[in-house]
Amino acid sequence: MQQSAPFHFERFTFPDLKTVMAKASPLRSGDVLAGLAAGSDEERVAARFALADVPLKQFLSDALIPYERDDVTRLIMDGHDPDAFDVVSSLTVGDFRNWLLSDAATPEALKSLAPGLTPEMVAAVSKLMRNQDLIAVAKKCHVVTGFRNTVGLPGHLSVRLQPNHPTDDPAGVAASILDGLMHGSGDAVIGINPATDSPEAMIELLNLIDEVRERLDIPTQSCVLAHVTTAIDVMARNAPVDLVFQSIAGTQKANDSFGITLAMLAEAEEAAKGLKRGTVGNNVMYFETGQGAALSADAHEGIDQQTVEARAYAVARAYSPLLVNTVVGFIGPEYLFDGKQITRAGLEDHFCGKLLGVPMGCDVCYTNHAKADQDDMDNLLTLLGVAGCNFVIGVPGADDIMLNYQSTSFHDAMYLRSTLGLEPAPEFAEWLRKMDIIDQNGRTRPQLDGQAAQNLLAWSGAA
Amino acid sequence: MADLKPTNIADTTRKNIHSDLDPWNALRVHTDARIGLGRVGDGLPTERLLEFQMAHARARDSVHMDFDASIVRKKLTDYDGKIVDVHSAAPDRATYLQRPDLGRLLDDPSRDILRSYKGDYDVVFILADGLSARATHDQAADTALNILGHLGDDWTVAPIILAEQSRVGLGDEIGAALGAKLTVMLIGERPGLSSADSLGAYLTWGPKPGRSNADRNCVSNIRPAGLDPKKAAKKIAYLMLEARKLGLSGVALKDNSSNPALIDT
Repeated sequence: MQQSAPFHFERFTFPDLKTVMAKASPLRSGDVLAGLAAGSDEERVAARFALADVPLKQFLSDALIPYERDDVTRLIMDGHDPDAFDVVSSLTVGDFRNWLLSDAATPEALKSLAPGLTPEMVAAVSKLMRNQDLIAVAKKCHVVTGFRNTVGLPGHLSVRLQPNHPTDDPAGVAASILDGLMHGSGDAVIGINPATDSPEAMIELLNLIDEVRERLDIPTQSCVLAHVTTAIDVMARNAPVDLVFQSIAGTQKANDSFGITLAMLAEAEEAAKGLKRGTVGNNVMYFETGQGAALSADAHEGIDQQTVEARAYAVARAYSPLLVNTVVGFIGPEYLFDGKQITRAGLEDHFCGKLLGVPMGCDVCYTNHAKADQDDMDNLLTLLGVAGCNFVIGVPGADDIMLNYQSTSFHDAMYLRSTLGLEPAPEFAEWLRKMDIIDQNGRTRPQLDGQAAQNLLAWSGAA
Repeated sequence: MADLKPTNIADTTRKNIHSDLDPWNALRVHTDARIGLGRVGDGLPTERLLEFQMAHARARDSVHMDFDASIVRKKLTDYDGKIVDVHSAAPDRATYLQRPDLGRLLDDPSRDILRSYKGDYDVVFILADGLSARATHDQAADTALNILGHLGDDWTVAPIILAEQSRVGLGDEIGAALGAKLTVMLIGERPGLSSADSLGAYLTWGPKPGRSNADRNCVSNIRPAGLDPKKAAKKIAYLMLEARKLGLSGVALKDNSSNPALIDT
């Protein structure tokens, strides 16, 4: 394998590719914690100058984690499509930024380029981009997926309805589902984080969602976010599994710490596809990621947290997911300290995922020990809406009482759709109209004295 | 005001939240989730907005509240053993929040102090601020005294340690420095929006630097509106007896009542 020469800019020297990438990264607490961040602002920009001169081709020969000992590296290298890469193969990272912003980078061109890009190329170019660049380019990347509805069409915004309850109480979960549906949420997925990861608990919750979906003929999909092995188990017992969930990360070591292998993901995808429960498409996987996850498992292999995160999208991409969700502020201030760092990370993750051809959504969120508040979330939510994010999260009142953090609310999603003129997934929007939840102007204005609403309320009360 | 018609169930205002007209009342008994908040256009009604801000403000204040060891000492006046103050290597809150590794190490003066108390103890209780000094101020002394009340005379108890800018892992160095077989760390948990005063208890058999969460048992959500300190003390005392009997803690030691998720503080 080719060793990269040291990289230089003026008086600064960077010994290898992963160092120049780490030092070029916008400041965040996780890279400081890992001892990888630039020592000064000047060194940070010097690293960007050095990174701008690196040929994209070098990422194909200079693996950040050796091919021999990391299956994510093998997945990236073995899956690379040289024909798709051809159009940008002679460019440096700096040229690549220029190209992405140019008129040559049309939505069609970006779509056919995606299989030719590796996460390291995408992470590298993101480090040279301002927030507006990340937004402008991501907006040109359309990644459309389907199951019982179509997610990711330009001009649309879907919402994961997240009706969590600390004890998985069915009536409590049902109450939050009703609240979400009445606010027009739930087209990305109705997805529950179970308090208990067991096959029995998973089956009970799946049946709960499936019952309301069938009864009211809701064109959406369900998911219980248990471990992939639990999902494989319940599929074998004929439970109504639409989407299989798993948290994933960008190194083999980090995935080990999650108790998963790539083979498990492949097995789960095949099993879920085999159930043939999708109607308009058959994307059956739902992945979650987040910067800092690998470092927190001491499995980052000396790579900066944003680059490791982009590598997780290469894992996701291999299993044709319906949804990929970066849970950007959940991890805490030792990785992303404040609203500014969370905002930057959210935009980077969305950009990197979309450029790689991954259907990105974002859990715009924070914990109470981070230096952030609802105003910061409003800002990131709005920026992601402008950037064409596929979906966001909807939690009653933004307060997840099971996971103890603040995400976005059903109201936040209504604000975003209405302010930016974004629509729910088309099949779901039609259902919302039929139920008198959205009006002729597309606004969420539920008519609750009608028969449709009464049916919903009756179901929820009975659950 | 058309959006606020009481017949419209998504348009609940505070005025009718407790009235029979509000169909959400039947659902609210099942969950503490913020359902049926009503709306003004696409936004939150003013009262709902301010309620959220107050909950967040309380949680934030708990995270940033200075730990006041004298508050805890005062509540321990009936305790006749020694009480010793220590500080982690994180000098202030901002550093503490960004460098969890420093919160798991003692500073040099604390290391020297503990050396002079080295002995052969069955257990050391560590009352630590963690991510909510408020939880420690309110809950820790009460919980510790109740646990002590459940223990027999055959327990040799080390001086009670009051630890500032502390993570759970700090107990490993403290326990090892003192020569304790078991640490019981009572530490402020990361505040939730509606639980700014929640204390966690972590039990670690054979404390030494490098222990992981899998080596510990946790009793979570100790607060008057959650797991009452008296009930928590009973549960912790039970776990202590089991740990001593088996000579271990962590995943191999089953609680037999519940096993709340470990919280990374």
